[in-house]
Amino acid sequence: MVIKKILSQLNLLAQCRKYDTPLNQCPQFLFLIMGLIIIFSSVITYALGARYIKDPQIVLLLVLSVAAVLLVLANLISRSFERLAQANRLKSEFVSIVSHQLRSPLSNMRWALEILMSGNMGKIEEKQLEYFSILRENSDRMRELVKDLLTVSRIETARLSFKKEMFSLEELVKELISSFEPFSKASNTEISFQAEKDLPMVLSDRSKIKLVIENLIDNAIRYTKGKGKIEIKLKKKDGSVYFEIKDNGAGIPKEDQKYIFQKFFRSKSALRYQTEGSGLGLYIVKSILEKAKGKIGFRSREGKGSTFWFTLPIK
Amino acid sequence: MKRILFIEDESALQKTLGETLRENGYEVVSALDGESGVKLAKTKKPNLILLDLILPKLPGFEVLKQLKKEEETKDIPVIVLTNLEEVKDVEKAMELGATSYLVKANYSLKEVVDKVKTALEG
Repeated sequence: MVIKKILSQLNLLAQCRKYDTPLNQCPQFLFLIMGLIIIFSSVITYALGARYIKDPQIVLLLVLSVAAVLLVLANLISRSFERLAQANRLKSEFVSIVSHQLRSPLSNMRWALEILMSGNMGKIEEKQLEYFSILRENSDRMRELVKDLLTVSRIETARLSFKKEMFSLEELVKELISSFEPFSKASNTEISFQAEKDLPMVLSDRSKIKLVIENLIDNAIRYTKGKGKIEIKLKKKDGSVYFEIKDNGAGIPKEDQKYIFQKFFRSKSALRYQTEGSGLGLYIVKSILEKAKGKIGFRSREGKGSTFWFTLPIK
Repeated sequence: MKRILFIEDESALQKTLGETLRENGYEVVSALDGESGVKLAKTKKPNLILLDLILPKLPGFEVLKQLKKEEETKDIPVIVLTNLEEVKDVEKAMELGATSYLVKANYSLKEVVDKVKTALEG
């Protein structure tokens, strides 16, 4: 058992994969590199010492003691990093378990409510319907929140699956605009769409990119008050397909702009416009695009509106 | 009348979905754990099985494995109805022979009934 444990710890790649960090940021790998550098510099020092100094053994002893102290320190640092990474992973797993547990009672509630609202259990008065609708809207909100939390937990434990398939971004955008039509009409917002001719297909995970565009359209509608205007554009740009969505909504205050892709961050202007929202949408959007090897960015002026864009590689 | 075996340990769901299915003209047989689910599948010969994955006594995946192994139950279509949504769970269920995989949180009651109708009639 002990040998097995030691062997598994020696398997650097597996250890690094556990933390989902690139090799050059993995503590075990850095520790190994550091050890090699120390051994190498000790040998060089000894060689130089042997050539120029009378008593090279003393120099070697000194270098080796310094090296030993450095190695112990490096080991402590890498262990503490491991502990932090493990705590973070446990936290994400905890979120995942809690979210799954929340889902069942939530489904029960939503289905029971659906039966009550269908009128099959007797006629419902208008006032009752109003309160039932509040229940339904809020259980929907909770469902969305749980869904976002699960996605975030998948991202953080590196369990977010990513399938690659060829699909047309143009078709996807069209499909989403029509599915958002009831919401945009209710919010008095008009969505226009312009796509460059003969756009190539993209190679990515359609369902994940759908989530990205859904989040961006939803934000654009949500943070616009009064008559809204949203423009979506698609074009080809340097081996990628470029997506842009421009709104004339609340905009993001300058001091908040550097935080908007952070988890749970909600801008002051967002809070003024909408109390709903988990602050997870843009974090999810950015994480998905990173996984898709795409880029994301935005321009925004408070009170004037925002433009969000992303690119997706064609191949 | 078409018979549906509903293997689900949550009595609230047995009531909401079970009764809605009955109202839609199906005979619904309920099983509250995996073991009785497998037994009822053999004795009641349902036309369709709705199967939860987290179940007492015998987990859903094991139920599915046994159903697909036995000669008398292997041809009954099984719809997995669960709140587990990880890709590995979906893939495992489909590999074991499930007809379709529905995540409860993503469907309304009416949509689930529609899926059942399609599976039975389509």
